[in-house]
Amino acid sequence: MDTVPALLRIDALTKIHGAGCDACVALTGPQAGANVCPRCGSVVACADVSLEVQAGEIFGIVGESGSGKTTVLRCLYGDEAPTSGRAYLAPFDEGRADLFAASPQRRYYIRTHLLGMVYQSPALGLRMDFSSGANIAERLLVVGDRHFGRIRGRARALLERTEVPFARIDEPPRRFSGGMQQRVQIAKALANDPPVLLFDEVTTGLDVSVQARVLDLIRELRRRLRVAMIVVSHDLGVIRLLAQRTAVMKDGRIVEVGLTDQILEDPQRPYTQLLVSAQL
Amino acid sequence: MSVRELARDAASARGYNFAYLDEHSKREVRRRLLKAVAIPGHQVPFASRELPIARGWGTGGLQITLALIGPDDVLKVIDQGSDDSVNAVNLRALIARTTGVWTTSDARDATIIQTRHRVPETPMTAAQMLVLQVPDPEPLRHVESGETRRRRMHAEGDYSAIWVHLFEDVVRWGEVTAASGYPVRVHGRYVMDPTPIPRWDVPKLDRAETLYLFGAGREKRLYAVPPHTAVEPLEFDDLPFAVEDFGGARCRRCGSARSFLNASYDHETGERSYVCSDTDYCERCAATALLSGEAP
Amino acid sequence: MGYIAARGGVEAIEHARHLVRYFRLRGGSAPLEVRQIQDQFRLAVDKVMGEGSLYSPFHAALALKQTEGDAAEAALMLRAFASTCPRTAVSYVVDPGEMHVLRRISAAFQEVPGGQLLGPSRDYTQRLFDFTLAEERDAEVQAYLTEHAPAVLPDPRRPLPRFPKVLDVLRAEGLLAPLPPRPADGEGPFDVTRRALVFPAPRSARLQTLARGETGGLLALAYSSMRGYGDVHPTIGDLRVGWVPVRVRHPHGGAAVLVGRVLVTEAEVIARFGDVDGSRGAPMFTVGYGLCFGHNELKAICMAVLDRAMNEPEARAPAESEEFVLAHVDPVEASGFALHYKLPHYVTFQSEIDRLRAAQRQAAHREAARDVGA
Repeated sequence: MDTVPALLRIDALTKIHGAGCDACVALTGPQAGANVCPRCGSVVACADVSLEVQAGEIFGIVGESGSGKTTVLRCLYGDEAPTSGRAYLAPFDEGRADLFAASPQRRYYIRTHLLGMVYQSPALGLRMDFSSGANIAERLLVVGDRHFGRIRGRARALLERTEVPFARIDEPPRRFSGGMQQRVQIAKALANDPPVLLFDEVTTGLDVSVQARVLDLIRELRRRLRVAMIVVSHDLGVIRLLAQRTAVMKDGRIVEVGLTDQILEDPQRPYTQLLVSAQL
Repeated sequence: MSVRELARDAASARGYNFAYLDEHSKREVRRRLLKAVAIPGHQVPFASRELPIARGWGTGGLQITLALIGPDDVLKVIDQGSDDSVNAVNLRALIARTTGVWTTSDARDATIIQTRHRVPETPMTAAQMLVLQVPDPEPLRHVESGETRRRRMHAEGDYSAIWVHLFEDVVRWGEVTAASGYPVRVHGRYVMDPTPIPRWDVPKLDRAETLYLFGAGREKRLYAVPPHTAVEPLEFDDLPFAVEDFGGARCRRCGSARSFLNASYDHETGERSYVCSDTDYCERCAATALLSGEAP
Repeated sequence: MGYIAARGGVEAIEHARHLVRYFRLRGGSAPLEVRQIQDQFRLAVDKVMGEGSLYSPFHAALALKQTEGDAAEAALMLRAFASTCPRTAVSYVVDPGEMHVLRRISAAFQEVPGGQLLGPSRDYTQRLFDFTLAEERDAEVQAYLTEHAPAVLPDPRRPLPRFPKVLDVLRAEGLLAPLPPRPADGEGPFDVTRRALVFPAPRSARLQTLARGETGGLLALAYSSMRGYGDVHPTIGDLRVGWVPVRVRHPHGGAAVLVGRVLVTEAEVIARFGDVDGSRGAPMFTVGYGLCFGHNELKAICMAVLDRAMNEPEARAPAESEEFVLAHVDPVEASGFALHYKLPHYVTFQSEIDRLRAAQRQAAHREAARDVGA
């Protein structure tokens, strides 16, 4: 059967904190029930993570804290350098060049033109003391837009789309509620129309009703813009609502991957079963 | 023996090498300058020497001049555009005393012009060099406080922080409020601080005939803009870069409306008037005006 | 006559120079001998030698005389002078174990190998004025020296007492990490006067910068660390003041030649234990080291505290950030820049005025637009 080439592909992504040794990967993981290598003390945040995301798809990664799911996003976005592994993005050199091996200037290009990231803590993704409009403008300025009026217009449009009242365009996010800060972050991540958006625990810490609004927004964005997304969460409810396909991670490894519905209705692996029964 | 040769010998008789610096130090500066010229707008670290002038008072520009000056050079030193500013006088005296070179206030005759905060109004030629004194070489200083992080930003061409500041400026004040030392992009690559020259002088750097050399002694950086290099102020397409506006004022002394003017308050009457900051230009203008009977 | 009068600049400078001389002499008191400053203001001389980065008590004393006691200006003079001195050699590594110790204290243990030696210290005196100093006479001084000097000087027939380092004791007991291996021969220290400092800085560059640092600046930063901005609660393992021999390689023949002794102050502080190199292994005490010219205990202690503070992997406070500390402690750079604000800035200011007027016009337009809309 002809498979559509993936928009994003990650091969054997491994991240080890510390000196590392030959046995690190073998002695850690779900079998060992641990991330810390008993021989050298290094922390294996994730190992041998491989996945594919199709254009327009929402892909979920679920797991407890320490599972390595956030590490995968951080490596992809460039906040951390992987220890080993490769990644390919279709719009980057027609999917032939490994992102992780690219030069710092090219990594910068990928980060500013091809990816958008929304962090769990808005302070990581926003300049809290600059106006929300300037925050969005930054993403446009960085890709070479130089027309103040047009940039401001686009910032307005994005805030409207993410349901932030535009009276607040000149206010700094520091003064906003948590939910509104997240919406500004989303607006900012969308600004330069990246083909892939990354969401790291975006609703964690928000009130339930606020969470619902943010999740609805994300679904609506996907519906209208057809942008691909990777959504990381420990909350199965969020994953179920958003993701078409999901990977389950434990102790730095993917233990199961497949259609979200199937994984939640009929989990195959014991860990997934445990997770599902505990949460849902 | 010419007067100049006599003076040169006097310098060495007093125990100093020609142009004060030892040859090793001069070589260090020249090598770094070559690298700077090869990478327009890029800050090159150099082992800045201690001099008998306080840091912050022109030691960077001074080291460049001392490393490059030869016995046949003609030197002009200005501060705020004036040859008679006390610090310019002090620097000129040090260079002249240790080299014996001719000094001048005429910008057309000088081969090397060392300056603080101004580019001469008189257009410079390919046979001349302008050495600018730099208080702070780092255009990213006020948008990012970490040195290591700033180096990375320059390396990656990540100038988003400066642009966001400019954007926010316009949001808050309606215009970019950067006054002197306006950030510029050199050769389409590095963003550079042109030193606290007024915006008036920034256009003079773009595709100029002259070599511009920048020395920061305290911060220990050298940088350069070679001739015929693009130097573009960071601006928005719909808010173009503008120079200072003197509201139609003219120089009290020479009548010029085409030079950078300074407000001056008469110390007896307190009355405000404007004078050219470039004293050499002003004198020539006044003389021309006198002869032709017209204001420039 | 203004700050720049046309053609008046040279005269103004000359006149200012005359006034400087006048203000130094106008009291009419007997001119100070450089010797007097060297002898009776030894601590000021030591401070200036350290900050001027030139070991020459005579030049430091002369600089203090010429600058009327302005330590920052005096340090600048020494730096400029040092810059003109030819570099004839680099000494062999100085062994502090060979120090002729004048003063040695340790806060770590009540009794330490070699013992505590108070030496010349005001630490345990009361800070009350001795008004007899206002009337001190030559004859009294000579009488005092004749009577008391012999008791102070060490007996040349006896060997110099040795003071084993407290830190070595801790190392032997496994409480302190072993010393890192000495760099290979030929791999000299980083010379901050010959190469531009970039970060992260090699350790020798860091210590040199601190050694040349301004005592007050180092104090402020170290104090912030002690007070909790960062977390170095130091225990002084060893604080020593004494003369160390300096040897160089003879240019003909290559033998090690003693060229003299310099007075230095050395501080080794022990700070809380931690994971020494960020990996496994037993926890150990961590250390900080400081060494400076002359007798300057405050500086050596602060150097050591900052050395330790900057070893933190994550800088959570200014004193822990190498970039912050090393960029701001140089007396010549800091004072030069602070004072450069005295230079004319009228062109830049004119430019600022232009921007302010523009911003005010914009604000007025907005105000007007709002009124119309209202």
